[in-house]
Amino acid sequence: MTSKRPDIARFIVLFQFAFLILSSLTAAANGTAGDRVFQIDRLNALVFMIVFSVVILIYTRWARQGRKLFIRKINGLDEVEEAVGRATEMGKPVLFIPGINEIDEIETIAGISILGRVARITARYETPLLVPVRYPMVLAAGQEVVEQAYLEEGKPDACSKDTVRYVAGEQFAFTATVQGIMMRERPATNIFMGAFYAESLLLAESGNAAGSIQIAGTAQPSQLPFFIAACDYTLMGEELYAASAYLSREPLLLGGLKGQDWIKMILVLSIIIGAILISFDAGEWFLELFKSV
Amino acid sequence: MKTTVPVIIAFLSGLVMILAFFFNPEKSIIGRLEPEVLSWVTIVGGFTLLLGVVSIVRVNFNAVRRKSQDWPFKLALLVSVFAMAIPSVLPSSWSPLFGNGPGSIYDWLFNYLDAPMMSTMFAMLAFYIASAAFRAFRARSAESTLLLITACLVMLWRVPMGEVLLKGIYPGLPEWINTYIMGGANLAVQRGIIIGAALGAAAMSLRIMLGIERTYMGK
Repeated sequence: MTSKRPDIARFIVLFQFAFLILSSLTAAANGTAGDRVFQIDRLNALVFMIVFSVVILIYTRWARQGRKLFIRKINGLDEVEEAVGRATEMGKPVLFIPGINEIDEIETIAGISILGRVARITARYETPLLVPVRYPMVLAAGQEVVEQAYLEEGKPDACSKDTVRYVAGEQFAFTATVQGIMMRERPATNIFMGAFYAESLLLAESGNAAGSIQIAGTAQPSQLPFFIAACDYTLMGEELYAASAYLSREPLLLGGLKGQDWIKMILVLSIIIGAILISFDAGEWFLELFKSV
Repeated sequence: MKTTVPVIIAFLSGLVMILAFFFNPEKSIIGRLEPEVLSWVTIVGGFTLLLGVVSIVRVNFNAVRRKSQDWPFKLALLVSVFAMAIPSVLPSSWSPLFGNGPGSIYDWLFNYLDAPMMSTMFAMLAFYIASAAFRAFRARSAESTLLLITACLVMLWRVPMGEVLLKGIYPGLPEWINTYIMGGANLAVQRGIIIGAALGAAAMSLRIMLGIERTYMGK
């Protein structure tokens, strides 16, 4: 599979370009918006997607060729190993929560990816790991990831089937159970990575009261202030998605991060140009470029 | 095989969802595929529910059997799981107490135990906010003092009595808070985080589709 990846990448880019040309031709040939097979009002999203994919793939290719890519320091992630080490010294478990959403949410997948990296460290140090989850599908994925991590560290016997456990389907029943674990088992380290809602502060404050070192990461802007107030380190928005690449230091994954930074630069430039044009009352056409239904 | 098949499934599912976004659902089959794929997620989720029940029963049953710390609570949890589940899956034609309609055991347990307990948990958030705010708003540095002043202004602006007080200091102050703090600084930061997170999510999706990111499979 690994050797075929460049071909898949080339196929995707070519496919997207072909799709763009065909959809433009189809849209031009057809009548009103309601009759069209292709949604012409989403053409700008397609163009953006192609530019985005091309930039990411270029950087991934450069990373594969061995180019050095600078990735800024993320303190929260640098502290993960330190925090697990602290738990090992204290003889207490590490508590990891991959958010409270289903596995079809990208934030949960990001959380599960980080869980794999954390599980490797706990396996190396033989530190107990507790992973309460809210959905059975997350349970299945989490168990697979943790078992694989322990296997790769050569300690499959140290992995218990109850490391990843389903505790409750209801949001606040889940919260109450995790708070109970925090107060009874007193984990030395709590790691929250994924989507969190109203329970974020309940969990983070309970962990704080239990004296645990806490690292949180979420892409929910409304929950970030709570984590910042109650946790030692917080990953904000995109840092959550960058975590698995940052922790693994795999060039292919880091290449994607670098490409993402360039797209962000393009967006920042677009915002500045748009602000200037609108200030001079000449930016209507520019705004239309970014409108999508 | 264990890696290739999931990568292919992820690639095809992602491709279908992307294509469906650009096609009119009333005029093309591809446009109608999105709800189909999403309903598959629900179906697979339904099957995995059994895994959840097995996990919760195994963990708590072992604790009760070994009479480990706080085992009575775990016994209460096991009793609650089955007390909610068994009457709700039995057909209501046998008795009005079965099923999940009004007057059933499930309905009673949900309305008079489950819902109030959930509300209680949510209401406790107020106390947690108070303790977190106390810690966050301590004026230890110039930045935290600025945060404290801003937070005080916003909190006053949010309540009618505070708004009257602010108007007493300067009539345009509530409007200024609304325009510059909430609609300016706060919104700008939130949008920055949202744009960054959206790009991160899109890049991660692309990496998953291409099979570059396989860490979610433990690789």
